[in-house]
Parts: sequence; C-alpha cells; structure tokens
Amino acid sequence: MITARQSAPPLSRAINVNGWLFVAPALCLIILFLACPMLWSLWMSFQKGKGMNLTFAGFDNIIRLWHDPVFLKALGNTLLFLLVQVPIMLCLALLAAVTLDDPKLKFRWLFRTAIILPCVTSLVAYSVLFRSMFVEDGLINQVLLALHIASKPVPWMTDPFWSRALIVIAITWRWTGYNMIFYLAALQNIDKSVFEAARVDGVPAYARFLRLTVPMLKPVILFTTVTSTIGTLQLFDEVANITANAAGTSAGPANADLTLSLYIYQLTFKFMPSFGYAATVSWVIVILVAILSSLQFWLAREKD
Amino acid sequence: MRRQLKIVSRAAVYLILSLMSFISIFPFLWMIVGATNTTDDIIKGKWTPGSALAANFGRFFETIDVALVLFNSLSIALITTVLSIGICSLAGYGFEVFRSPARERVYRLIILTLAIPFAALLIPLFMIMASAGILNTKFAVILPGIATGFVVFFFRQNTKAFPSELRDAARMDGLKEWQIFLSIYMPVMRSTFAAAFVIVFFTAWNSYLWPLVVLQTNEMKTIVLVVSSQVSAYYPEFGLVMVAAILATVPTLAIFFLMQRQFVEGLTGSIK
Repeated sequence: MITARQSAPPLSRAINVNGWLFVAPALCLIILFLACPMLWSLWMSFQKGKGMNLTFAGFDNIIRLWHDPVFLKALGNTLLFLLVQVPIMLCLALLAAVTLDDPKLKFRWLFRTAIILPCVTSLVAYSVLFRSMFVEDGLINQVLLALHIASKPVPWMTDPFWSRALIVIAITWRWTGYNMIFYLAALQNIDKSVFEAARVDGVPAYARFLRLTVPMLKPVILFTTVTSTIGTLQLFDEVANITANAAGTSAGPANADLTLSLYIYQLTFKFMPSFGYAATVSWVIVILVAILSSLQFWLAREKD
Repeated sequence: MRRQLKIVSRAAVYLILSLMSFISIFPFLWMIVGATNTTDDIIKGKWTPGSALAANFGRFFETIDVALVLFNSLSIALITTVLSIGICSLAGYGFEVFRSPARERVYRLIILTLAIPFAALLIPLFMIMASAGILNTKFAVILPGIATGFVVFFFRQNTKAFPSELRDAARMDGLKEWQIFLSIYMPVMRSTFAAAFVIVFFTAWNSYLWPLVVLQTNEMKTIVLVVSSQVSAYYPEFGLVMVAAILATVPTLAIFFLMQRQFVEGLTGSIK
C-alpha cells in the first residue's frame, strides 16, 4: 500500500511518456498528410497563378466561383445526387434490414450475403459493369423493351435526366447493402420484448416500425446519414467511369453528372492547372460537409 | 382471412428479398458472362455465354502486363494495410489505456478529421509528393493512407473490451508497456486485428483517385487503374473491360467469402 503510493508519481509520468510514444507515429503521419495539406489548401484557395507559381489573390477565387457556370453546375449536380440518392438508399437499407431481422426467415443468411455483396466491389469495377449494361442497345434497354416497361430505348447516356438517374441507380446498388449492415447490427442489440408486447397489444406492423424501430435506431440512422452525406459530396469514381467522356473533360450530356470532386480533378490535371482555384472549390466541399453534418446532428438531438 | 393475409405478407417478404438479392448479384453474373462474349455482343446486351473467353483473356494478357499490375495492386494494398494496422492500433491502444486531458483533446481533433473530404487534400498532397521527388512511386500511394482517423477510432473503440486485469497482471510480472502490447494485447485482440485487416485492405485495393493522380506510367498502374483506362478509351473493348473487372473483383470477393464475419465486424465494430 505504502510502496504503491510512493511510486505513484513516477508511474503516472511513465504512463504519460508511454501515452505519447504510442500515439506518436499515427499523430506525426496525420499532421504531415492530413492537417498540413488541409491548412495548405486553405491558404492556396486565396492564391492564383499557373501551375506551382502562385501569388496571393485575396478573394478573387471566391468571386470567380459565383461567375463560373461550370462550378455552379457541379455544385447543383452534387447536391441533387445527395438529396435524391441518400434518402432512397437509406430507406431501402432500413427496409431490407427490418425484413431480414426476423429469425424465422428461411434462407436468411443467403439473402443477407447477396445484398451485402455489392459493397465488396471496387467503385471502378462496378462502374464499368453498369456502363456496359446501360449502353443504348445494351442489356437493360433490351429487358425494358421486352417487358414493355419502355416503348423505346431509354437514353441513359445522352439525356441529362436519365444519365443522372443512372448514377443514382448505380450508387444505390453499391451502398444499400453497406448501410443495411449497420442497421442489422443495431437491430440485433435491441430488446425485442417491447416489440412482442406491442404486437400482442395489436399495434399494426407499420406503426411498430415508425414508433418503435425508427426511434430506437436513431443513433445509427444519424451515423449512416452523416457518412452517406460525406461520401456523396465526394462522388468521383462513378461519374468518372460511367458517364465521363474519353478525354475526361466532361461528365454526362451537357455535364449533367459533373460533380465537385470531378471538377477539382479537371481543374488540377485536365485543364490549364489552376491549383488555387481548385483548392477554393475543394473548400466548398469542406464547408458543405461541416454545415450538413452539424445540421443532421442538430435535427437528431435529444429533445428533452 | 387473417391467416390468408399472413401468407400473402409472408410471400411478399420473400419476393422482395429475392428481387433485392437478384439485383445485387446480377452484375457479377453479367461480368462473368460478359467475359465470354465479344465487345459487339456485350453492347447489344447478349446475356448468354459466348465463346470469346479465351480470346478476351488472350488479348488482355497481350496488351497488359497482368502479373506486374496485380503485383502492384497487391503490394500497395498489403503494405498499406500492415503499416496502417500497426500504427493505428498503437495509437488506439495509447489513447484508451494511457489517458490524459491533453491526449483527449488531440483525439477529438483526430475524430474531426473523419469529416475531411479527400478532394481538399488532393492538390497539397500532390505538391508534397512532387517536391519530395516521389511521384510515380508506391511510397507516394501508400504514405497518406497509413494513419487514418477511422482506423485509430476503430482500435480505440475495440480496446475498451480489452480486460484491464490482463494488463495489470503483466505489469506485476514486470513486462514493459510495449511488451504488453505485443505479447498480450495483440494475441488477445486478434479478431479485432482481422476485422481491421479486411476493411483496410479493401479500401487500399479499391482506391482510385489518389493512385490515378500519383501513378503515371504503365509499369506502376494498379488493376483498378487498368479497369478505368480500359473503359475510358474512345471505343472501349468491353470484352477486355470484363476481364479486367474480374481480376479487380476476385481478390476482394475471395476475402469476403472467407472472412465475412470479420468484414461485418470491421464495419460495425466502431459503432458499438
């Protein structure tokens, strides 16, 4: 007892030194490859010039944003994808999870594995598969014509509306199972006796879902909403490989699928390199992520 | 009446799940069937197996140094994964076991980095690699992917389940802190390490934007970059695109089927 007390101060100092030693490698790498680049790009967004020769330009880049129709288009497209795709995907994922959560269900393991499978593929690989299925005379149009769902081939690649629909379909295919995993894990941890009691009391299934399941899953719904928002705001791989032209200078008919990330890539590596302006566009994404995540946390806050 | 309703709703559940499963699996079948068809047949939507499998593979292996490309992908993914797991598990353990107010503040900042979009880092990182003279090398691809807030967070969350009695007993036995980490924590937490391995390996194997920017010559390309360059030709040869997509997908599919439980744990382990 006494010896432990006497040795307490040196021990805590040793713990402190060990603490910093254990976290140091990760911390150094994060400072070097995350924090510094982040601050540098903020500094760069107030600079302009060609290639690496940058000079301070004040708010010129921010003013340029408002007069740049391509940027405004990319911003609009990105927000459109976000608003349309994330709710559809999360509803589907929740529906699949609630249906699969029934232990009496046969082939449950098989269904679950099948629905998870898409999220194992690389974004590029699945993008090229979708591109090959949705070409003008391709498989999907053949099926739609054969089933009389469409009377003429759907212009997936040449019409702005349909090319956006194609991107939404593709992302939904890739990420629904991914989000379902989180809902399934959360459902497993829920105490099922409440549901049983509600069922015995004659509460209908849809009411059990809305009044019990959804509120109980609120934290995980918030988590998936925030991560999906961050992911969709950075949309790049799909548009670059499904609807971008061969030169990589536009995406979709009349740039209907151009996203902010793709525009940053074009500004840096495809057009006359303007690193400063590209950095400004990238900070638009940072600010959008910050605003939308805080908004989502605020909406989901406990009201008590 | 009630019984009939129950049967109908039961049938609806199976119908919906079957439909979702079919849609989920279909592109994989399409990929395999596509590899047996000519480009013309693929873009006409032929869904029955053809006889062009050998021709497609033959032409793909003629135009692409497949062994080198797969070696590039595999070495980048494996080195990233091993370093990432090593360094981030140390940090996650460190933050959880040796607590101090200063480190808690640092940890909160690291969690905030989870919201940083990669696009905001792209240009400065490119300039860092250019000025270090390591563009078009594996180092440039690997370095930024090693320490990520997500993996640190993942290990800290899982370390909460590591019994402190084990640590105390080892300290009594006179083991140093790094010995406790290596010889007790790592073996005890091996399922956590396996789960992290699957997730980090998938991310590294599938990554696209950063390798696209950094790797410029054909000898350095990864399989994912090859898939992309095949499809962005003016007249993509979809027969070859299918072969490339198969090669890019098979390793992750194989790991998924072998380690599905770890994959699911890897994703959900951080939200426990």
